[in-house]
Amino acid sequence: MANLKALYQEVILDHNKKPRNYGAVERASHHAEGHNPLCGDHLSITLAIADENIQNIAFNGESCAICKASASMMTVAVKGKSRADAEILIEEFLAMVTGKLDLNIPDQKEKLAHIGRLAVFAGVHDLPTRVKCAILPWHTLHAAFSSVAQVSTESEFDPMHAPIGDA
Amino acid sequence: MPKINNLSISTFDTPPFNINKIRADFPILNVQIEGKPLVYLDNAASAQMPQQVIDRLVRYQSTQHANIHRAVHYLSELATAEYDEARRKVQRFINAGEEREVIFTSGTTEAINLVMHGYGRKFIGAGDEIIISTLEHHSNIVPWQMLAEERGAKIRVVPVNDAGELQLDAYMNLFNERTKFVSLIHVSNALGTINPVKKMIAYAHSRGVPVLVDGAQAVPHMKVDVQDLDCDFYAFSGHKLCGPTGIGILYGKAALLESMQPFKGGGDMILSVTFEKTTYNTIPYKFEAGTPPIAAAIGLGAALDYLSAIGMENIAAHEHALLQYATEQVSQIPGVRIVGTARDKASVLSFVMEHIHPHDVGTLLNQEGIAVRTGHHCAQPVMQRMGIPATSRASFAFYNTRAEVDALMAGIRMVQKIFA
Repeated sequence: MANLKALYQEVILDHNKKPRNYGAVERASHHAEGHNPLCGDHLSITLAIADENIQNIAFNGESCAICKASASMMTVAVKGKSRADAEILIEEFLAMVTGKLDLNIPDQKEKLAHIGRLAVFAGVHDLPTRVKCAILPWHTLHAAFSSVAQVSTESEFDPMHAPIGDA
Repeated sequence: MPKINNLSISTFDTPPFNINKIRADFPILNVQIEGKPLVYLDNAASAQMPQQVIDRLVRYQSTQHANIHRAVHYLSELATAEYDEARRKVQRFINAGEEREVIFTSGTTEAINLVMHGYGRKFIGAGDEIIISTLEHHSNIVPWQMLAEERGAKIRVVPVNDAGELQLDAYMNLFNERTKFVSLIHVSNALGTINPVKKMIAYAHSRGVPVLVDGAQAVPHMKVDVQDLDCDFYAFSGHKLCGPTGIGILYGKAALLESMQPFKGGGDMILSVTFEKTTYNTIPYKFEAGTPPIAAAIGLGAALDYLSAIGMENIAAHEHALLQYATEQVSQIPGVRIVGTARDKASVLSFVMEHIHPHDVGTLLNQEGIAVRTGHHCAQPVMQRMGIPATSRASFAFYNTRAEVDALMAGIRMVQKIFA
């Protein structure tokens, strides 16, 4: 928890004020909306995927700093990656933030091989009410992968409860 | 586990209100959060419990517990007597005319649901209308929506102005010959607005319509007299009054309660049962099926004794001074806006900070040991009306101090610095 203020100072100063890939991808092939009704967070993610590769990704919406920074860093991390690699990263991120895997335990750290700079979000696990803020962008990205181009997702779809492997 | 320390408190009191003595009654105020003294400003969600109430619960469980209304043995009779005495304490505290008008429930939510089932489902039908207000907590919206859906009835909503005050002209205009029930929050949990319920009840009665008042946020902060209000029902919770969770009160006028159908079926709410027919018990027992939370009821009685000894007038005066001080202080911080600026307010300071989400505010304040509530406060229509998704809410109790308000202000400035 002591790292939390550091997380804010380090990440928020950067990504909250200057979010990367903020906006929407034109002629997106994939799109999903994420909501956290508890705090009113709302996130829109658009992607251009060709040959299973994420050529472009953007997000926008209204959310708290943890959610926004998580979304910003996520777009940086997955841009240019294959869809399969992005799915691996989603699983690792969710496992880390929900506390299933701990970076401080060597055996478990191995399973978080792709986390890199995203490790800064590990401390969110200490605040159960904020875990949802950090994972909303990742659930939304996963949902976008299974979306079809130009189809509205304004339905009952709830990314908070979207199935996402074992994570 | 949090560590315990003894913190010194700057005084902010006038005799006979001794804040240091009062704070010493609350063991939880010695807890440290993140190595810092707890500054508990989430009293509207739940108040803390003084040692006197904790001791009463221990004494009950240690020496007096058995099931009530059941057996002829010593403990059962003792527990029954203590439980009945708790009911009389509630009766005196809210000045109910009769003991049988006080029903123990699990809380405000259950009390409102009891009226929805017991009164609403019996007397409200297709095309009938129920008036509630924009300021309602979800617990005074959802039950009526469920009823409206089931019966084909309609919900009408009293609007508020930008300050968060109910519009009385609009309220009166909502009435017509189909209006069958009014259910109003006394003090807004999200904004702190004190609604003029006495006036609103008088008007409803002039149109022959009964009124329920959700007093969850009112009873802890002011003297409430149900006969003076002339409300038909009044609901509140024990845990917001320094009592235990799991206990609440529904006050109802005897004639209305008698006319209602039972809410839950089971033991204690019957006079006789055969497979052909059950005869219901008299009030209040008709509405208290099964073994009630006996210890919690007795604990609530002890909490009311505690509050009465301090005096609700003294509590209200202290909290009013704190709210005024906090309002002045926060108004001096650029980039912070108070949400809910009604002329009559109780103990709630809801605010938003420019470009900073309330959840971030709450998380960072927690790092300083300051407990506030962030979110929509189970009052999403209020948030929608105010055009915001959420607020940060500091809510004061009589054991809070001016120094704690200062700590909150320092915390707010620290949050701004991080986001600057």
